[in-house]
Amino acid sequence: MTDTTRELRREAGTRTIRMEIARYRPGRDAEPVFEGYDVPLMADWAVLDGLTYVKDRLDGSLSFRWSCRMGVCGSCGMTVNGEPRLTCGTFLTEYGGGPVRIEPLKGFPIIRDLIVDIEGFLAKLSSVRPWLVREGEELPLGTEYAQTPAQLEAYKQYSECINCLLCYSACPVYVLDPDFLGPAAIALAQRYNLDSRDMGDRFDVLNAEEAVWGCTFVGECTRVCPKHVDPAEAIQRYKVTAAMRSVLPWGRR
Amino acid sequence: MTVAYRPRRDRLWFARTRSYTLFVLRELTSVFVAWAVAFTLMLLAAVLGGTLPQFAALAARPWMIALNVVALAATVFHAVTFLNLAPKATVVRLDGWRVPAWMIQGGNHTAWALVSLLVAYLVLRTP
Repeated sequence: MTDTTRELRREAGTRTIRMEIARYRPGRDAEPVFEGYDVPLMADWAVLDGLTYVKDRLDGSLSFRWSCRMGVCGSCGMTVNGEPRLTCGTFLTEYGGGPVRIEPLKGFPIIRDLIVDIEGFLAKLSSVRPWLVREGEELPLGTEYAQTPAQLEAYKQYSECINCLLCYSACPVYVLDPDFLGPAAIALAQRYNLDSRDMGDRFDVLNAEEAVWGCTFVGECTRVCPKHVDPAEAIQRYKVTAAMRSVLPWGRR
Repeated sequence: MTVAYRPRRDRLWFARTRSYTLFVLRELTSVFVAWAVAFTLMLLAAVLGGTLPQFAALAARPWMIALNVVALAATVFHAVTFLNLAPKATVVRLDGWRVPAWMIQGGNHTAWALVSLLVAYLVLRTP
């Protein structure tokens, strides 16, 4: 620990913030309950640092997911004071004197404490084949497929998705109907649809009531996206594509 | 095997945040859009059927005027927000240059204004 960190800790010793954390311990809790913990209010502490403090110093049984601590891995999404946020990019000082309430992402089954079950999402994600689909090529591929900056620009925005699931948690359509394919899966499908190297066709998966047509364009997915992917735009754009392909006689089915 | 806890469905989800409430209110304006369509069809039927004076008398009743004022406000709100969202669904590229959202939005609003002016001219002109 550096002198600066030690100094900050000493200073923070007099200032704390109350974290109200949802706890769900299978076999012990019938449903989630809130437990309060006082953690140092440090200027540079994210909510994730507060959770780590609780786990290290106050209650080692607290369970939550995290990995990179820098907004890249998408593991630490939780509901912070009612809003889906990446806890590594949300600072405790945003909540003044507190309390700050931490819950699991809404819309998902809860495995334990702040950890949600994402199996359903992973199945949806793989259903859109989020990879470059090539046809008529023998492995191993030996050809380089160069792209122009414009070809890269066509899909780059959607490739920024980190699967953090904040968009699902913010989407009332998904929360009401868990079968809805959802914002991230559709945005990632568009990431490959718009890639000049991709030869796949995701029409049958996307052109469905529980895919793009289930979206009522609330727009919350785009508002909460920490990487500015704009899934709402991806969905509306595919609605146009799907409508054209369904109606126009020369539409590729 | 651990059984995951499934939270109960929140029946008041639309009242939880301001943005959800605004969204639901906007969706409800569709009812008034449908009414505006029905009213226009009634007008056309009256014109074609020669019952325009009776229709005009119905349309002049205070409750009908009040209903149509509310319907006009709701329809304008619906149309404005709909056109504002248009750039999300329409990505236009011209030789690699992406037409900015404000141009698509502005173009839609301009076209709407021009059509409205044309309709107003046709309806309001002195015979």
